Amino acid sequence: MMRSSNRKRPFQLYQLVYGLWLLAFVIAPLALLLYQSVSTTTGGLTLANYQRFFQSGTYLAMTVNSVWYAFLITLLTLALSYPTAYLLTRLRHKQFWLLLVILPTWVNLLLKTYAFIGLLGHDGLFNEALQELGIGSHQLLFTNWAFLLVAAYIELPFMILPIFNAIDEIDPLLLAASRDLGASPWQTLRKIVWPLSLSGVKAGVQTVFIPSLSLFMVTRLIGGNRVITLGTAIEEHFLVTQNWSFGATIGVVLIVAMVITMLLTQDKQEVRS
Amino acid sequence: MKKMQKAYLVFVFLLLYLPIGYLLIYSFNAGEGMRQFTGFSLRHYQELWDDTRLLDIVFDTLILALSASLIATLVGTLGALTVFRSQRQLTKSVLLSLNNVLLVSPDVIIGASLLILFTTIGLQLGFFSTLLAHVAFSIPIVVLMVLPRLREMNPDLVLAARDLGASPRQVMTQVVLPNIAPGIMAGFFMALTYSLDDFAVTFFVTGNGFSTLSVEVYSRARQGISLEINALSALMVFVSFLIVLGTYYYQQHRMKRQKKKSFLTARSLS
Amino acid sequence: MKKLLWTTAALLLAIGLLLLGKNTLDQSRQSKVAGDRVLNFYNWGDYIDPQLLKDFEHETGYRVNYQTFDSNEAMFTKIKQGGTSYDLTVPSDYMVQKLKDEGLLAPLDKNKLTDLDQLNPRFLNQSFDPGNRYSLPYFWGTLGILYNKKQVDGRQLRTWSDLWSPRYRKQILLVDSARDILGLTLLSQGKSVNDQNAADLAAAKGRLTALMPNVKAIVADELKLYMAQGEANIGVTYSGEAKQAMEKNPDLAYLVPEGGANLWLDNLAIPKNAKHKEAAYALINFLNRPENAARNAEYIGYATPNLGAYKRLPQSVRNDQAFYPKASILDQLQVYQNFNQAWTERYNDAFLEFKMSR
Repeated sequence: MMRSSNRKRPFQLYQLVYGLWLLAFVIAPLALLLYQSVSTTTGGLTLANYQRFFQSGTYLAMTVNSVWYAFLITLLTLALSYPTAYLLTRLRHKQFWLLLVILPTWVNLLLKTYAFIGLLGHDGLFNEALQELGIGSHQLLFTNWAFLLVAAYIELPFMILPIFNAIDEIDPLLLAASRDLGASPWQTLRKIVWPLSLSGVKAGVQTVFIPSLSLFMVTRLIGGNRVITLGTAIEEHFLVTQNWSFGATIGVVLIVAMVITMLLTQDKQEVRS
Repeated sequence: MKKMQKAYLVFVFLLLYLPIGYLLIYSFNAGEGMRQFTGFSLRHYQELWDDTRLLDIVFDTLILALSASLIATLVGTLGALTVFRSQRQLTKSVLLSLNNVLLVSPDVIIGASLLILFTTIGLQLGFFSTLLAHVAFSIPIVVLMVLPRLREMNPDLVLAARDLGASPRQVMTQVVLPNIAPGIMAGFFMALTYSLDDFAVTFFVTGNGFSTLSVEVYSRARQGISLEINALSALMVFVSFLIVLGTYYYQQHRMKRQKKKSFLTARSLS
Repeated sequence: MKKLLWTTAALLLAIGLLLLGKNTLDQSRQSKVAGDRVLNFYNWGDYIDPQLLKDFEHETGYRVNYQTFDSNEAMFTKIKQGGTSYDLTVPSDYMVQKLKDEGLLAPLDKNKLTDLDQLNPRFLNQSFDPGNRYSLPYFWGTLGILYNKKQVDGRQLRTWSDLWSPRYRKQILLVDSARDILGLTLLSQGKSVNDQNAADLAAAKGRLTALMPNVKAIVADELKLYMAQGEANIGVTYSGEAKQAMEKNPDLAYLVPEGGANLWLDNLAIPKNAKHKEAAYALINFLNRPENAARNAEYIGYATPNLGAYKRLPQSVRNDQAFYPKASILDQLQVYQNFNQAWTERYNDAFLEFKMSR
C-alpha cells in the first residue's frame, strides 16, 4: 500500500520549497539573462551579441583560457586534496582536523590574497625558502604557477570536504578484508578506496571547476592580468562599459559551457555504473 | 602513520595556514602595512575596539552568515532529496544543471539580476534582501554536498525500514537524515564560507544602512586596507578556533560517556 | 539526527546572542543622537577621517550612516536602480557628468552652502559640471609615474613617451583601466585624453601594443602594494595611491609627466532621491570648513582643493611638487569627460585586446 502510493509520487512539500527557489532565483534570473542577451537598446530582438562573441578572436581565446585554466586549477586542487582527505580520515581526531581545514576559508579572501602578495614577493618567505634550498630567488608573482597555486589554495577545502566524507563512509571491514586477502596498501587504495570515493571526487570537481570558469580576481591580483578569462570580461561589461546585454551574452555562454561539462562528467559515471 | 604521510599533512596544513599566520603576525605590527615589522604593538586592536561602526558590521555579517547558511542548508537538503528522488535521468540532469547555474554565474551577474528582481517587486534593500540573496546562492553548494551521501546510501536500508512498518516520517528522521548528516554539515560549512566571502552580490542587494565585512574590506582597497582589519581577522580566527575546539571536546566527552553506558566496542582501531 | 538538531539549536542560540550583542552596541552608539536625524553617506571605503564624522554627529545631532562602494560604476548602478536612498555621495569627475546626464543628481542650492570662497577656483567650473551646479570638489589628484629612485633615474622620465624606452623592459606596472592607459598613450601622441576619433584610437592602440615588452603586469588597487614591496621599478598610477606606497617605502618617488596628464577630482554630490538633503548640506559645509578640510586632508593624504585647508598643512606637504604641482604642470592637466556607451566600449575593447596581446 505504502509503496504503491510512493510510486505515484504525490507532490510533496520538500519538492515545493526547492522548486520555489529554482523558480525565483534560477529560472527567473536565467530568463532575464537570456532576454537581455538578445534585446537591443530600442527594445527589439537580435542575435548580434552572439554574432559578435563568436566572430571575435579575443573572446574565443578568452573562452579557451577560461576552460583550460579551470581545468588546471581543478587538477591541481584534486592532486593536493585527495591524499589530504585520505590521510585525514585515518587520523584519530579526524573531525577536528577537518574543521581546521575549513577554518581558513572564513578569513576574507582579499586579505588572504594580499598575504600571498607578501609571501610570494621577491624577498618573501617562498623565495627565502627557495634560496635556502639552493635554488635561488625567482620571480614568482605574475607567473602562471603563482596564479594556479593561489587559486588552488582558495578551492582546497571545497575539494577536501566531499572527498573526505566519501572516504570516511567506506566500511572499514572492506579495507580489513582487502588487507587480509593480501592486498598491498597501494592496491587497496587503487582498487577499493578510489572507486568507492568517486562520488565525493565528482562533487569536489564540480564545486571547484564550475566556479573557476568565471574566476577573475586572482587572475588580476596574483597573475597581473596575464591570463584573461570570461569572468574578467563579464565584470567589465557589467561595470565599466555597462553593456549588460553583452555581459549577459557571455554569461549565457558560460552557463552553456558548464552544462556541457556537467553532461560529460555525468555520462562517464552512468557508463561505469 | 608513516613519516611521509605525516610530512605531507604537515605540508598541507602549513600551506593552509601560511597566509593566515602572515596576516596575524602583522596585526601586531607597531607600524603600518604588511611590509616591515617595526615592533610589537596592540594599537591596531585598540583602533578596532574604538571603531564601533566596524564592530556593528561584524555583528551584521555574522548574523547574516549564520542565518543564511542555516536556511540554505535546510532548503539545499530538500533540494538534494528532490534531485535524488526524481526518477527520470533527464529530469535529474535538468535539475542538476539548473542547480549549478548560480555556481557558474559570476557574482556581478547574480548581484545585478537580483537587484533588478528585488527593485521590480518593490522589496526594500537591506538585511532581508541580502539574506534572500545569500540563501539563494548558497543552496547549490549544499545540494552538491548532500547529493553524494544520498547516492552512497544503501537503498536496502530504506526498504527494510519500510518493511518493518516505519512511517515515511520515521524513515526520514531515523534512516535517511542520520545517513546523510555528514553531507549536511559539509553543506552548512560551505554555505557559511560562501556567505562570509561574498562581496559583489551583497554590494548590489544591500542598502539602507546594512553592510557586511566583505563589502567594507573591498571598498577600502583603494585607500589601502589598514591593519585594523588584520586585527579583526585574527580575533575571528581565534574565536572560531576556540569554538571548534570547544565543540570537539564536548562531543568527545559525550561520546565517551555514551560508550561507557552501552558497552559499545570501538568500530575499528584505525 | 540528534546531532543535527543539537547543532541547529546551538546555531539559533548563537544568532540570538549576536542579535543581543548588536542591540547593546547600537544602543551605546545611538544614545547621544535623536531618532530620525540621519544622513546616509555613500562614500569610498575609509575616505574620510572617522573622527570628523564623530565630531559632526556631536555638533549637529545627525547620525551618519556610512555606506561604502569600491568603484564609480558600481555606485552608479546602485543609485540608478534605487531601492535604497543615499543623501550624499562622492563620484569622480566623469561620473558626476554621467549621473547628471541621467538626471540622478539634485542641483545644489548655493544659498545653503558656506565657505565656497575657500575652494580653489582652479578646481571649480570644470567641464563635467559647469558652474558647479551639482557638485563640489572633495579631493583631487593626478595620474602619473611612481618609480623606485634606486633603480630608475627620474630625470629620464620626463614625458609619457619615455615609458617606451627599451631601458624599462619588463619593469612597468600599469593600472588596470582602459581610460587611463589609452589616455596617456594619446597624450604621448599629442592628442587629448578625451579624443573621440576612431583613427586616433586605432593609432593609440598600435602604439600601446609596442609598450607590452616593457609591461610586467596590469593590476588595480594592489599596485601600491607591489610598488612598496619593490616588485617593479615603475608604476603608472594615481597620486593618491602613489602617496600610500611612498609612505611604506621611502625609495619611491612620484612625478607628473610634462606635456599633460590626467587631473582627477572626487566630488561631493547629492543624489536626486535623497531624503535628508538638509543633513547633506550640513555635512558639506562641515567638511568645507578649512580646519576640518585640513584634518581630513592629513588623514587621507590626497590633495585638497580647499585653500584655507592647504594653508594649514605642514610646509613639507605644501611644497611637495609631486602632489601639489607647480602652475606650469597644472595648466597642462586634462579632466576626463564622460563618454557615451559606444565610446566607453571602444576604449575598453581596445584595452582588452592590448591585454590579450601577450
